[in-house]
Amino acid sequence: MTDLTRLTAADLADRLAAGEVSSVEATQAHLDRIAAVDGDVRAFLHVSDHALQVAADIDRRRAAGEQLGPVAGVPLAVKDVLVTTDMPSTSGSRILEGYLSPYDATVVARSRAAGLVPLGKTNMDEFAMGSSTEHSAYGPTHNPWDLDRIPGGSGGGSAAAVAAFEAPLALGSDTGGSIRQPAHVTGTVGIKPTYGGVSRFGAIALASSLDQVGPVTRTVLDAGLLHDVIGGHDPHDSTSLAHAWPSFADAAREGARGDVLKGLKVGVIAELPDSGFQAGVSASFRAALSAMEAQGAEIVEISAPHFEYGVAAYYLILPAEASSNLAKFDSVRFGLRVDVPGGTVEDVMAATRDAGFGDEVKRRIILGTYALSAGYYDAYYGSAQKVRTLIQRDFDAAFAQVDVIATPSAPTTAFRLGEKIDDPLQMYLNDVTTIPANLAGVPGISIPSGLAEEDGLPVGIQFLAPAMQDARLYRVGAALEAVLVDSWGGPLLDRAPSLGAGGAR
Amino acid sequence: MAKVALMDYDKALEIYEPVLGFEIHVELNTGTKMFSAAGNPANEAHHGAEPNTLVAPVDMGLPGSLPVVNETAVRYAISLGLALGCQIAPSSRFARKNYFYPDLGKNYQISQYDEPIAFEGEVEIELDGGDIVTIPIERAHMEEDAGKLTHMGGATGRIQGAEYSLVDYNRAGVPLVEIVTKPIFGAEKRAPEIAKAYIATIRDIVRALGISEARMERGNLRCDANVSLRPRGQEKLGTRTETKNVNSMRSVERAVRYEIQRQAAILAAGGTITQETRHWHEDTGTTSPGRPKSDADDYRYFPEPDLLPVVPAPELIEQLRAALPEAPAAHRRRLKTAWGFTDLEFQDVVNGGLLAEVEATVAAGAAPAAARKWWTGELTRVANAAGTEPAALVEPAAVAELQKLVDAGTLTDKLARQVLEGMIAGEGTPQQIVDARGLAVVSDDGALIAAIDEALAAQPDVLEKIRDGKVQAAGAVIGAVMKAMRGQADAARVRELVLERASA
Amino acid sequence: MSEITPDLVRHLGVLARIQLSDDEVERLTGQLDVIVDNIAKVAEVATPDVPATSHPIALENVFRPDVVGGMLSLGEVLQNAPDAADGRFRVTAILGEEQ
Ligand SMILES: [Mg+2]
Ligand SMILES: [Zn+2]
Repeated sequence: MTDLTRLTAADLADRLAAGEVSSVEATQAHLDRIAAVDGDVRAFLHVSDHALQVAADIDRRRAAGEQLGPVAGVPLAVKDVLVTTDMPSTSGSRILEGYLSPYDATVVARSRAAGLVPLGKTNMDEFAMGSSTEHSAYGPTHNPWDLDRIPGGSGGGSAAAVAAFEAPLALGSDTGGSIRQPAHVTGTVGIKPTYGGVSRFGAIALASSLDQVGPVTRTVLDAGLLHDVIGGHDPHDSTSLAHAWPSFADAAREGARGDVLKGLKVGVIAELPDSGFQAGVSASFRAALSAMEAQGAEIVEISAPHFEYGVAAYYLILPAEASSNLAKFDSVRFGLRVDVPGGTVEDVMAATRDAGFGDEVKRRIILGTYALSAGYYDAYYGSAQKVRTLIQRDFDAAFAQVDVIATPSAPTTAFRLGEKIDDPLQMYLNDVTTIPANLAGVPGISIPSGLAEEDGLPVGIQFLAPAMQDARLYRVGAALEAVLVDSWGGPLLDRAPSLGAGGAR
Repeated sequence: MAKVALMDYDKALEIYEPVLGFEIHVELNTGTKMFSAAGNPANEAHHGAEPNTLVAPVDMGLPGSLPVVNETAVRYAISLGLALGCQIAPSSRFARKNYFYPDLGKNYQISQYDEPIAFEGEVEIELDGGDIVTIPIERAHMEEDAGKLTHMGGATGRIQGAEYSLVDYNRAGVPLVEIVTKPIFGAEKRAPEIAKAYIATIRDIVRALGISEARMERGNLRCDANVSLRPRGQEKLGTRTETKNVNSMRSVERAVRYEIQRQAAILAAGGTITQETRHWHEDTGTTSPGRPKSDADDYRYFPEPDLLPVVPAPELIEQLRAALPEAPAAHRRRLKTAWGFTDLEFQDVVNGGLLAEVEATVAAGAAPAAARKWWTGELTRVANAAGTEPAALVEPAAVAELQKLVDAGTLTDKLARQVLEGMIAGEGTPQQIVDARGLAVVSDDGALIAAIDEALAAQPDVLEKIRDGKVQAAGAVIGAVMKAMRGQADAARVRELVLERASA
Repeated sequence: MSEITPDLVRHLGVLARIQLSDDEVERLTGQLDVIVDNIAKVAEVATPDVPATSHPIALENVFRPDVVGGMLSLGEVLQNAPDAADGRFRVTAILGEEQ
């Protein structure tokens, strides 16, 4: 019998629809896989104790002849940044340990309505602050390709879960690369939709003007299927776009079978420094571009002179907004409360926030408080917002010449756990290629481009498209994916070491 | 606490020129809150809700929650801005005001900062003598209210000495419009009077617009009064204090007067005024220092990233402008004519801050003269004795109903005052109180005739005297009958019946 | 060099309601100094003629009709409360004044 965990979500959905397998079987297979490998990977903070009941209900409804959605019965992993009524939501922080939300995030509610089966909540850097998942209050997640290495971050849990075949689909959130960079280091697919394309309601806010929820999967088509479920206008989120989105799954299918690459103009950024990039990453990127050229794509050098200010602007805007968004964790209404005998409520708040927040969170709150405080607003937050305008103008100018922009998804392959944890600035530079999309609000996708020669670890290529043109990313991503998988003779993840075979818990 | 020195008011005004400023928070009576669809406790439909039962996720800052702007609140704010003669910003936006306080669910208040919805206006107020003064308005902006803290375990229920506090988020997120004046110069001796008239005018405006219940005693209208003094002839403004918590028109008047006297005494003694917030104490008629302005006032404002700019269509603004009610001064002139009051009678109503009450009572069917008498008479007397406002005692519609019973002859004036006492005590509607207390005038002639017979039996010579033309002799019988009926008889009818008997 | 000093960091901790130990203050002072030096470069290109972008996708007039809905039950409101009494959240004494 087929290992149900190795199927793509699309294939599994087809078999479920055809009645060849039940959702209970599929869900059980993934729960078994979690039991077998998650002791090593540690992708999950919480595994649902009623996923099988949910699956059984889907099976019952299907048997009763109910018309179910295209992915009904497929298991789903949910990043812990998304609030859920039936599982704790901690955002990777001690301050929210055990927190149970009285409402579901819109993307979770839509996933449930579509018949997806939530398996559990995935690990992440605390409040999504990080690029390695090492800043989780509950310990790091390990990269399935090499358990001594980081799975990326902040959504390392979702990426690792998908890469380790613990779930075919996962939800992530991307504020500066938290979906795309983990995809890059785990050989998976991740999409940051256009800002406003997916509701933020119920996503525990990091930086409101940068956050976006998106799919984390193993194939571009699977991402499109999940995006179709979670996307679209939500009146609970004022920044949600009332846009008529096409089917992203259809766009992916079209890309996979058509000749999308023929005549496609692909921009590469002249100013992107070669120096910061690992050789194997650069080589994989160039090879992917060559493969596209071979299919008729045209590579065009474009100029984006302000991208180099992106990291600086990002590390002003993000901490500023985060310092305000995280003020609600004050011990009064929910979350941790530290007793201070004889203390005032102010003392209790300050002690709780000291004990409940990790170092990185405190660092960014203090930085953001500084950036907003009297006398600094114009120089910092105000200037950073002007950089957003300049980066948007760079994008506008580039997209007047090209259809998509391509970059390596991140400068290096997965680094070792602990390698950069004491150097915040080095950690911040991980996001150099992903940040501009968040600042400008445009969509981005990362798909595997191959393995780096020097360490055999996955590398991702990122495509960026103009705002609202998410479907273009699915077409182009699926087209390149088809070419590369064909050249590899199978999915990249087939080359990942097997887990749990030798004495895993 | 050391005794605070006060300078004689007139003397203070000789040496110093007072400069005033006001910030008034108006709670809008929309059905839902500013940024959530939770019921608004400042709306009639949600009065008296149990604690924490009017709460949506964003009102208590739940993780993942987001604000969405109430369209009706925006329209109300525009209307109010227009009524204050303000310009409406072609584009305005919300900002976060960051500070920690347990009643603030998100630990930031969504307000407006550098781009308020309305700015640069002026409003005419009318003083007791009929003089018109123009108050310059700097801005009116939209924001949300905070929740309510109750301090427990202390002796007085105050924050000082409390052991713990309880937080109710029902009020968190109630839509507010904050109206900020520019510095008001030239108030001189009339500063307290101007303060009171300004609050009254704002109250009249928001009531006429129908956008707030505007009950100061319920906190629908909250006033912070800024006062500074400068020596006569000096250009530079003096240091100001901001007195909070002044929640009746009478208190605003008293607080401004007190601050002028207090500051004058300090300045005359060579002292300096501390820039600080001060608290008004209704019981002692004094202010006490609160927190001095400090680092803690670094609110770290920045544009609210969860909300978008408000860009009202010019057509909407014109539509709202066209629908504005008449300005209070014009409104008053019209009412005075319609009601046929003398200058004195009308001033009585206006000075008592009772125009809206009388108007509502008349609208509910009472004759203007009767409505005026109730509000400026008995209700003002009771309110003064209780240290509250007449409006806080009863609803105008109930007063009209009471007057209807008088007009129908069911109640004498004296009985009506007893019913009013029951109404104030919350015993029910006038009719319910009449029934429950058995207060109606006895209109059954049979019962009256029986009582007259009894009285005549005791004073047999009365009928004779009347027949001899000494009509005033009837008084003794009438008195006896009224006493026997415990006041529940119509004296005029008794008189008629006695005279009938004499001429029979 | 930026102007980050231990006193400034301590003050920021007060504003942010985080009780920082002396060790934390010292460590943060050094780290923030490096970070601020790096991010201050935004000022190089943020000239007065460049407008600020507060929202990546420009929208305006996003409103909600004034219709009641989406309220939590009292049980839901209090379900995560660290301490509650009489249907309300309970906190220890508040320093300072009534606002
Ligand atoms: Mg608070
Ligand atoms: Zn205010």
